[in-house]
Amino acid sequence: MIVVDVMSGVLLGAGALFALSGGAGLLRFPDFYTRIHAAGVTDTAGAGLILLGLMLQVSSWETGVRLLIILLFLAMTSPTAAHVLAHAARRDGVPVWREGDERR
Amino acid sequence: MSAASGRSTRGETIRATLRTALFLAVFWLVLSGHFEPLPLVLGALSVALVCWLDWWAGLKQFHNVTVPFLLRLPRYLLWLSWQVLRSAVAVTRQVWSPRPALRPVVEPTAAGDLPELAQVIYANSITLTPGTLSLDVDDDRILVHSLVFGDVDDLHDGAMRSKVRRTGASS
Repeated sequence: MIVVDVMSGVLLGAGALFALSGGAGLLRFPDFYTRIHAAGVTDTAGAGLILLGLMLQVSSWETGVRLLIILLFLAMTSPTAAHVLAHAARRDGVPVWREGDERR
Repeated sequence: MSAASGRSTRGETIRATLRTALFLAVFWLVLSGHFEPLPLVLGALSVALVCWLDWWAGLKQFHNVTVPFLLRLPRYLLWLSWQVLRSAVAVTRQVWSPRPALRPVVEPTAAGDLPELAQVIYANSITLTPGTLSLDVDDDRILVHSLVFGDVDDLHDGAMRSKVRRTGASS
């Protein structure tokens, strides 16, 4: 049991670290498109590892199945939303930041 | 069913809606696990609402989701998870480095030889992987915004594209 608890703790910790890094990247990266990449770290690696860590803690299989379904839905919806945002930004002519430009 | 390009007949539409309703009802029951009147009524209302939205938006669901495809999908998802983790580490290092070495590029990558569903999976996989972002999907290519040139170069190599193709997703 203790092995499972340690693995779950490691996964939760790593997930939290990725989620935090995504937030920091959102503040540090220079423009809209690069910030989407940073946000992507939060909702892929961050959320994914946290959900995996929680799956190791479940007491009944139903909860595990629900967590798995949440993971699958997240994997389908978050890239779709990111794509729609980026597509709209591009259509509206938001310029792409190049190396050497000012931060926006 | 497969030649779903034209308009479907009334019978086909009704059958497709019933299939969707059945799937959603089972999904609701499995997820809620409650069989009291209130959750059942709420479930029925949700199913009706989603079926109506589905009909209103003219979606053609499940026509191209086959059993072999569903069986091959988990292996692809495992591979994709590994890729996502690897590139999440790369982006995280950029985030915490004192001077992030970002050289964003916007480049098209070929996707013309993929069927429609595979194109969707490919574009979503590109976005799901931190460091690459699909900006636009048209018939034969996907426009990719990438944090560094190397990532889009990896896409040109086609490892992800051929893995998507091997899932057997059809149009």
